[in-house]
Amino acid sequence: MAASGESAALSFGAAARATMAAGAAGELRQDLRLIAEMIEPRSRVLDVGCGDGALLAYLARQKSVDGRGIELSQSGVNACVGHGLSVIQGDADRDLEAYPDGAFDVVVLSQTLQATHRPRQVVEELVRIGRRAIVSFPNFGFWRIRLSLLITGRMPLSHCLAHPWYETPNIHLCTIRDFVALCDEIGVRVDRSVTLDRHGQPYSLDPRGSLANLLAEQGIFVLCGSAGL
Amino acid sequence: MSTLISPRPRSRSDQDWPGYSLLVREPLRLDCGIDFGPFTIAYQTYGTLNPDRSNAILVCHALTGDQYAADPHPLTGKPGWWETMVGPGRVLDTERYFLICPNVLGGCMGTTGPQEIDPASGEPWALSFPVITIRDMVRAQKLLLDHLGIGSLFCVIGGSMGAMQVLEWAASYPDSVFAAVPIAGAGRHSAQNIAFHEVGRQAIMADPDWCGGRYLSLDRKPVRGLAVARMAAHITYLSEAALHRKFGRNLQDRLAVTYGFDADFQVESYLRHQGSTFVDRFDANSYLYITRAMDYFDLAAEHGGSLAGAFKGTRSRFCIISFTSDWLFPTPESREIVHALNAAAANVSFVEIATDNGHDAFLLHEPELFETLNGFLNGCAEHRGLGRHK
Repeated sequence: MAASGESAALSFGAAARATMAAGAAGELRQDLRLIAEMIEPRSRVLDVGCGDGALLAYLARQKSVDGRGIELSQSGVNACVGHGLSVIQGDADRDLEAYPDGAFDVVVLSQTLQATHRPRQVVEELVRIGRRAIVSFPNFGFWRIRLSLLITGRMPLSHCLAHPWYETPNIHLCTIRDFVALCDEIGVRVDRSVTLDRHGQPYSLDPRGSLANLLAEQGIFVLCGSAGL
Repeated sequence: MSTLISPRPRSRSDQDWPGYSLLVREPLRLDCGIDFGPFTIAYQTYGTLNPDRSNAILVCHALTGDQYAADPHPLTGKPGWWETMVGPGRVLDTERYFLICPNVLGGCMGTTGPQEIDPASGEPWALSFPVITIRDMVRAQKLLLDHLGIGSLFCVIGGSMGAMQVLEWAASYPDSVFAAVPIAGAGRHSAQNIAFHEVGRQAIMADPDWCGGRYLSLDRKPVRGLAVARMAAHITYLSEAALHRKFGRNLQDRLAVTYGFDADFQVESYLRHQGSTFVDRFDANSYLYITRAMDYFDLAAEHGGSLAGAFKGTRSRFCIISFTSDWLFPTPESREIVHALNAAAANVSFVEIATDNGHDAFLLHEPELFETLNGFLNGCAEHRGLGRHK
């Protein structure tokens, strides 16, 4: 099982601008836009925690992707299905195990890992059912978060982590280093990774370095599916 | 297949009921092993079939439903059971789709059932009618659609027992089903539901007027037993919250309890009314046979014990819908279907609608249900080449 640190920080500037020029990604969140750029046209995609279906709708429209979604909130699911997207009400902890191995070209888990009950098992399921998995999450090692905790002594709040501690859905926060260590531990190979600054712009930083863990507010990781190894 | 269309349903009534009927002359091999026939399928249609024959929707009715989804009921005069859903501009838009709603095999509104005459004896079939299954109902429907020249349905939709037929269609004739919408259904009838059905059947059989099922020949009618069966079943279609909201402990036309067994409470009066009106439009033996068909339904068992196996290789698009307060066909039953479809890598949407209307919610005004179905059907219509709506 390969667990090497073969990860390449990529510049998505040109691609992102090209998408903007196509005129449909204006309202897509920056991390979703970057994820969309990583997905091949006409692939089979499962978006876990798809929210209101923005990414799936974009992928269907712009890349003729055969997309499916899982969403916890009923309002999100109803909005998705009401817009003709194939989405089921469910969650990452419970509803991934029914899918067969390698069922999708890409499985996306954006800004959801930290809200799952069993992140380790979820990552293992993602790489089982997808030939690739794309995982994005807020980096709890970001310097502003560290500084905020250091100075105020209270749980940090940011635009990525907007809920107070007593009602946050984010029960399993991690740093970029933590995530890389988890991938190493469970033998999941990181294919590519991108770290984003607080404006959502990609950094050219090695995610294994301490600088990325300090400077990046979010990380996006492309994991190799276990079926493809 | 030798078939014949007669202008109006052959029925117990000589009234001019709306709709059509198909006489199937060739026997149909039933799950119980009997070759049954000839038999009649009574059905109703709404809308117009397009030249491509690609806009047909099969509407499957529930236990006590019939083909009159959007017509006044010919016996009661009440609006069709799915008028909230069917009509011009409604979810099942009759200006856009061609709807076919057949009365199920074993039913009592024109399709051959235990109240029709057995040609061998010249008497009503009664309990000599063969036990039928959901799959038998669906096989009969397939014959009807073949006769109508509809090889591929745009959609099969139904709630409760209708959902069972939808699932059976998707499993038995996957290439004939573009989209499948089972609402408030299950892949198999649960032990609890079989138990409730048994209560209903025993109530009917305990009525002295049931006469071992031969009541029609003897000019009697087990109205008390059938009414009790309906009352018990009706409770399972509602929710505790809905009963409380509608009736609470309110008294019926009186200021105090009477210390007797009159219908003191509104909820009692309501149930008695449900029971007494039901017997005017439904045949007791049909109730026995159709509840039995539901009891026997177990889609996984039909496919080697694997529900996912029932949907292997399916290319149909599924929209599974459940209701939060439905305790007869609760959400976990629908979720099991979703998981099976996921395991079969099927294209599936699943929505649980928040409502306190219980199992009956699929028949009622539920805006979120309509919105979900509109979105799903529009998306499917686009993929089917029927164009985007509005």
